[in-house]
Amino acid sequence: MTPATTPLLSVERLTMRFGGLLAIDDLSLDVGARRITGVIGPNGAGKTTFFNCLTGFYKPTTGSVRLNHPQRGSMRLEQLASHEVARKAQVVRTFQNIRLFPQMTVLENLIVAQHNMLQSASRFSLAGLLGLPGYRRAEQAAIDKAVGWLTRLHLIDKADTAAGALPYGMQRRIEIARALCVDPLLLCLDEPAAGLNPRESAELNVLLKHLAADEGIAILLIEHDMSVVMNVSDHICVLNYGRKIAEGSPAEVQRDPNVIKAYLGEEDADEELATEVRP
Amino acid sequence: MSALVVARQPTSPAERLKDAAASALIALLLGIPMIGLTTVDQGGALRVATRWPALLAFVAVCFAGRLLLRYASDVLRARRLARETAAEATAGARPAAGGALLTGIGWAALAVALLLPIAFSDNRYVVDTATTVLIYVMLGWGLNVVVGLAGLLDLGYVAFYAVGAYTYGLLSTQLGWGFWQALPVAGAMAAAFGIILGWPTLRLRGDYLAIVTLGFGEIIRVILVNWTELSGGPNGITSIPRPSFFGLPFKPPGDAPTFASFFGLEYSPNQRLIFLYYLILGLALLTNVFVSRMRRLPVGRAWEAMREDEIACKAMGINARNVKLSAFALGAMLGGFAGVFFAARQGFISPESFTFNESAIILAIVVLGGMGSQLGVVLASLVLVLLPELGRDFAEYRMLLFGAAMILIMIWKPGGILAHREPTLRHHRPGGGR
Repeated sequence: MTPATTPLLSVERLTMRFGGLLAIDDLSLDVGARRITGVIGPNGAGKTTFFNCLTGFYKPTTGSVRLNHPQRGSMRLEQLASHEVARKAQVVRTFQNIRLFPQMTVLENLIVAQHNMLQSASRFSLAGLLGLPGYRRAEQAAIDKAVGWLTRLHLIDKADTAAGALPYGMQRRIEIARALCVDPLLLCLDEPAAGLNPRESAELNVLLKHLAADEGIAILLIEHDMSVVMNVSDHICVLNYGRKIAEGSPAEVQRDPNVIKAYLGEEDADEELATEVRP
Repeated sequence: MSALVVARQPTSPAERLKDAAASALIALLLGIPMIGLTTVDQGGALRVATRWPALLAFVAVCFAGRLLLRYASDVLRARRLARETAAEATAGARPAAGGALLTGIGWAALAVALLLPIAFSDNRYVVDTATTVLIYVMLGWGLNVVVGLAGLLDLGYVAFYAVGAYTYGLLSTQLGWGFWQALPVAGAMAAAFGIILGWPTLRLRGDYLAIVTLGFGEIIRVILVNWTELSGGPNGITSIPRPSFFGLPFKPPGDAPTFASFFGLEYSPNQRLIFLYYLILGLALLTNVFVSRMRRLPVGRAWEAMREDEIACKAMGINARNVKLSAFALGAMLGGFAGVFFAARQGFISPESFTFNESAIILAIVVLGGMGSQLGVVLASLVLVLLPELGRDFAEYRMLLFGAAMILIMIWKPGGILAHREPTLRHHRPGGGR
């Protein structure tokens, strides 16, 4: 296999069981570098559980999650603690219910995301306490990176505002900006368009495409907003009751009878939902 | 209780009357058995007597008091609304101005603290009380790392204070160590105990963490009471050497040179008190500089981020364990330093000085001051140490006064006296431009 065809992330036979509940059932999935992979499915299909297994918040019952890091080689994400997934494997996630540091300013939120770089530059706080130039340079670099992302995401005016005081749509963007400050190889976005208005969703589409194409960041996207998923995804995986029921390009997935059944039910097709799946 | 429930909406006079009547009715119902009836000793036998005038007065006071409280709360609310509306108009300029004001107050407080023993050099009481305030300021700043910044509710902070005090007590009485030699060792010892407490409680938070830390504080105290061979048990450790001025003791003139004879001063027992005052002032200021700098470093920001959202911290690649342990260890170390000073100042320590009551007061200082606010801790220490002192004239009502003051602060300033959080760095410098 040539490096170009080796997937960035390969999930093999992943199963997550909570007592009697099978939240993820034998899921296998490949995520390509520089590509946007959508994960869709009805509520309770196991999408967020899947993210939690990828990012070390849950330990999967069985199965493996292998990341092919271009510099650091292959690693098994399911064996890493959640902070190591972000730090070593550079797989960074956002949350369905936004998790910012609400009392800290937007800029501080983005600086906290660069903690590990700054912490080693501060030599476990000693160089930082003394204000040595090495640490000052690192801090300035961190600020510059944060300011760069804030500018590109049109958040720079709010840099000194407490993150919790900002409107919902802005908080979603801040969470993405904060994740970008960790230098992700793979960015896992859990419903980034939830609560956004159509204009904000359209902006999100542009941003996601730009990140994948120009920044080379692979994106794994959980989303209910079909105008986002169908528009930006290169590849879509459909889950239902923890099982993968379909996979393919957006057009293929929309035609798949299993997907239509999962979303619309067997018999009485609902017109509204039909338009949601097929925009 | 009902008198403290403040109305949500501004009320009309009729509503206020109705509300006050309801309070009076409750007062009447409660008052009949508690005030209206009393027992009198009549020739050895108990007889029930009535006190209707007293009850009537009590009900009248409740009625009038409630009416007044509601009126006052309405007026205050209207004023606050007006102020908020005015503030919104000038929102841009406010935070910077507030920060500058606070900095100004901080420097003024420092100047007062530096000059105080000079102004009151022959007033033992003032210098001694000020020293006590500074001990609590230092403890408050130490606990602020754990509770205010890292958001870990610690109800057993006094344990680290005790570890510091006993480490110095034992090192000095058993091994003859001096104050400055023992200080770093005692700090390291307290930090080690901080890690011992922190390690098993890594997964706990909120109420559960509070209970474990409360237990930890008690464990340390009970060990000190019962391990008689080490700690002297309830008798404590006596004749702990007082700190000397770079080897010059504060003593009446004798054979060896003393502080007074070396500088050609007349001996006065107040010299030692003033030296102790400046010593704790120096330690407290070092603590302040240390904590303020730490707050602006990655680890300090990680503490605050941990307080805000631990799961988000992990998702950003922050090792929650290290961040929590560093907060516990550093907070404990500062408490240990304060303990060393306490032992050196008192010359005598016993487990009685390290009860839960102390933990509660230190925590109250941090909470009342405003979580994470350094200046707030100073103000709250002043209130919490001086109020009981000033309240001595009120004898048995002292604690009542103390409690009422705390309740009032929490009603008026729910986030603490200084709830304002100063960002650790800014993109737009106050006053415009970068």
